[in-house]
Amino acid sequence: MSGAAGLPPAARAIRQGDRRALARTITAVENGDPSAGPVVRALYPGTGRIPMVGLTGPLGVGKSSLLSALVGLLRAQGKTVGAIAVDPSSPYSGGSVLGDRIRLERRADDDGVFFRSMASRGEAGGVAASTREVARLLEAAGFDVVFVETVGSGQADVAIREIATTSVVVLVPHLGDEVQTMKAGLFEIADVFDVNKADLPGADIAARDLSDLAAMGKTRDNWSSRVVRTSTTAPSGIPDLWEAVLAHERFLDETGARVAGERRRLAAEIAGRLRDRVGQEVTERLTQDAELRRLLDDVVGRKVDPWSAADRLYREWYDRR
Amino acid sequence: MAKRSKSVPIRVLIAKPGLDGHDRGAKVVARALRDAGMEVIYAGLRQTPEDVVRAALEEDVDLIGLSILSGAHMALFPRILTLLKEQKAGQIPVFAGGIIPDEDARRLKKAGVRAIFGPGTSLEEIVSTARRLARGAA
Repeated sequence: MSGAAGLPPAARAIRQGDRRALARTITAVENGDPSAGPVVRALYPGTGRIPMVGLTGPLGVGKSSLLSALVGLLRAQGKTVGAIAVDPSSPYSGGSVLGDRIRLERRADDDGVFFRSMASRGEAGGVAASTREVARLLEAAGFDVVFVETVGSGQADVAIREIATTSVVVLVPHLGDEVQTMKAGLFEIADVFDVNKADLPGADIAARDLSDLAAMGKTRDNWSSRVVRTSTTAPSGIPDLWEAVLAHERFLDETGARVAGERRRLAAEIAGRLRDRVGQEVTERLTQDAELRRLLDDVVGRKVDPWSAADRLYREWYDRR
Repeated sequence: MAKRSKSVPIRVLIAKPGLDGHDRGAKVVARALRDAGMEVIYAGLRQTPEDVVRAALEEDVDLIGLSILSGAHMALFPRILTLLKEQKAGQIPVFAGGIIPDEDARRLKKAGVRAIFGPGTSLEEIVSTARRLARGAA
């Protein structure tokens, strides 16, 4: 393989299709293990080329079953699939029950699918802090398509748009009237709306409301959201759903929106990484560094206000302009 | 990122090989392990030995828990242990629960199943054993 020389061994193994190396590196990434750093960095240049498809929507709408159905469809087409399914961590014990594998139907000897469950580990927004890096690892491992299934989302859980090239918002009949669809948040990020459980009564009305919504305005990329209907009990509409995803992917390529979206996501990623690092450093120093503890004492004692304290630290540490 | 817990959670696969549909026990154990702070990958019913091993490897688990009430444990558990060894993953500890006669339990332990819990075992015992096995203690 060209360009493989000089790569960390785990990165080379992942590129060559070693599934154990992939699984172990994912664990290291999840755990913030420093050993993962060189591997994800080495693999970064080969990423950003495939469809990263987000499946999001409230709990119980059938995201996992849809994921399984999509995996089946793509395998039948000879495409390889990496999949990540995120479930919530307990705010009490930190533990988690990751139950999305239950829905997965596939042959155990099929190396064309790699499925990984992730716990959200305290992160809000629908995915874990490291989900984006894990998705990149799956791309680096050579899968043709990567799916990310979020935690059952609320109206404001939109973190998937920072990972996915196409976001599918999965809904079911009777989730609310059309005013719900006008609200900000989840409904704004959908490139594709899927009314799942479309065999249930009310699916027509839900699909109509969503089509009306899509007709009212375009997404940020100037794309008209598609609306599809699916059912996984008596399977129907799965090819339509995939075709809608592909239509959006083609749109991204034809309009240049893929590059624009990538720039937007990566700018947010850099800012986020810096924010985390600075935040961590400041938090640590406010408890450990004697001078900063005195500053904190003054803020607690109302001699200095928090705005002035932050201004002072910013000027002293970061303002190099 | 800042909210990430400092300690690394134990990842455990809970699966039900075999054809019986009695998954209540597996669910109760999964829930108890969750409450003990573990990340439980619940693979559910009717898993073949190959399914179990693939899930364990993809999920990179520290521990595998098998629940069975069908009586097929003498066929299925050794097969899982063999497959794990073939995949150079024989170090992942396997524990089991269900209806397993004493004589079978002895033979399964000899074959490499690290702990076997019969009916009436307390959740505390299962949790503490699981934790011990995951941390690599005997």
